[in-house]
Amino acid sequence: MAGDAKTVNARELAALASGAKLSRRQLIGLAIVLVGAIALPWFVTDYRTFQFTLAVIYAIAVLGLNILTGFNGQFSLGHGAFYAIGAYTAAIMMSQWGVAYYWTLPAAGAVCLVAGFLFGLPALRLEGLYLALATFALAVATPQILKYDPISPWTGGVQGVTINKPDAPFGLPISQDAWLYYFSLVVMVIVFVCAWNLLRGRTGRALKAIRDNPIAASAMGVNTSLYKSLTFGVSALYTGIAGALGAIAVQFVAPDTFNFFLSVTFLVGVVIGGLASIPGAIFGGLVIVFIPNIAEDVSQAAPWAIYGVFLILFMYFMPTGIWGFIRLLYAKFARRRRAG
Amino acid sequence: MDLFLQQTFSGLAFGGIYACVALAVVMIYQATDHLNFAQGEMAMFSTYIAYSLLHHGIPYWWAFLLALGISFVGGVLVERIVVRPVEGTGVLNEVIVFIGLLVIFNSLAGWIWDYTIKPFPSPFPKQVPFGITFVGPHEFGVIGITLVVLLAVFLFFRYTQVGLAMRAAAQDPASARLVGIRVGWMLALGWGLAAAIGAVAGIMVAPIVFLEPNMMDGILLYAFAGALLGGIGNPVGAVVGSLIVGVVENLVGTYVPFVGSELKLSVALVLIVTVLVFRPSGLFGQVVVKRV
Repeated sequence: MAGDAKTVNARELAALASGAKLSRRQLIGLAIVLVGAIALPWFVTDYRTFQFTLAVIYAIAVLGLNILTGFNGQFSLGHGAFYAIGAYTAAIMMSQWGVAYYWTLPAAGAVCLVAGFLFGLPALRLEGLYLALATFALAVATPQILKYDPISPWTGGVQGVTINKPDAPFGLPISQDAWLYYFSLVVMVIVFVCAWNLLRGRTGRALKAIRDNPIAASAMGVNTSLYKSLTFGVSALYTGIAGALGAIAVQFVAPDTFNFFLSVTFLVGVVIGGLASIPGAIFGGLVIVFIPNIAEDVSQAAPWAIYGVFLILFMYFMPTGIWGFIRLLYAKFARRRRAG
Repeated sequence: MDLFLQQTFSGLAFGGIYACVALAVVMIYQATDHLNFAQGEMAMFSTYIAYSLLHHGIPYWWAFLLALGISFVGGVLVERIVVRPVEGTGVLNEVIVFIGLLVIFNSLAGWIWDYTIKPFPSPFPKQVPFGITFVGPHEFGVIGITLVVLLAVFLFFRYTQVGLAMRAAAQDPASARLVGIRVGWMLALGWGLAAAIGAVAGIMVAPIVFLEPNMMDGILLYAFAGALLGGIGNPVGAVVGSLIVGVVENLVGTYVPFVGSELKLSVALVLIVTVLVFRPSGLFGQVVVKRV
């Protein structure tokens, strides 16, 4: 048994070193999930479709934070700030300059990449809790800065900015909600593939090496400060794209929606979905959207208490997150089949 | 000059409250290396308990002590029942459990006592002694109470056997275990004490910010900031850091024109982060040297 585990490990390591490719079974699983995701709007109401759109958007944001926290070991309690920057970039471009909604995504990504990189530079000096505090400060400051009077011609002050929901193009006979869902889904697939490519090769190994032992990593010739600040930038880019999508989906941005709690929510998504795992981010997005709903069904009076209980129970029973739990089940199943 | 003194003392009063919360946070941090994000909400809950006791006609100081006692027991129970099972499963897992606790306490308080803002009485006389004019009576009292708490904590950890045992358990659990200290219980005791100290902060700040389920949010933040500014592993540093945070926040809000009360939180935090960039382990913290 132990020997078995070791060979699997060795195989995994070899796969990692060569730039892991997906096995046939994994590809089939992926295809099934994708078909399911495409078919979804036909089976649920527009409101549910909208919720799934949000889940997709949050999954992108969670992946962004996961790249930073899970793969690179840098804490952030402030990713709500990058989400806000992305959302405001999109909203201002659409409402003030009349830019088409799909062009706002690269712009939001670029703005956040720069913002994240710049924030990552002083963050290099800080580690662990101190970094958590610095990002915490960022999260808390965000709504206040957005409300700040001199910039209100652009940000709309406390009221925020309202934007229009895009219609389906080419006269496609689907509702706005369904179109938005597909649009977000396509964006998600693109950015997830990018993340997978980024993380499975040399760069990914460097990031993990820095997480596991920064001194050893730099001794191996990894430029730790460059990688760490770039990771901050890329992570912010993902979250910024999610923010822009989020603004388009809810057609509205206002300072108080980007509070500290949003940043905490992303962290919850990362940990419950599965730390340092790309598919985990999708579960993270689903958890963020649907667990509060379920909690409300359980108790109207104190839904957040139920939510808190859910969080604690998740950590008791799935300490490695949902994806870790699935992998564990799969490994058990595979081992039993091999034994029998 | 009067304004300056007024704002400084008001800052010190707030700083004292931050210091109590920071002390509670540091106490748990020293023993377990984790920041308890739920500390503020636990303090809020304790304050509601004190509120209920007062409502049932119990005299102020009895209610105060009783609330502290209940908080102590509550803190011990939380550690034993909720935190114990996830111990050692990874920093982020514990953080999520703390966040879970945070929303549970917040939501429960709103459910039991509803979300309306409630006034909370101040126990201090209407007049400040010695004819001092630059500080309000409640603020004066708060500074006094904070000093009493700090002194009590200092004496407890310095001169009592239990305090020493707790310090030993925090510093070197394995060796502490070998000399017969029950490390697990010391941890639970730490949680209880932290909850009680937090309760003092909650009860003291409630007359100023009024009682509502979200009253401790900002305060916990400042307490974290203060603790980190002073060096999180160092209780004295945490207290000094918190006092600095209180005073700086008030002075910046008063004197820097474009800041006002809207941006003072952000500015205070930016200042702290700037300090941290130059002194990454806090003003009084020690740089941790690790062997590779």
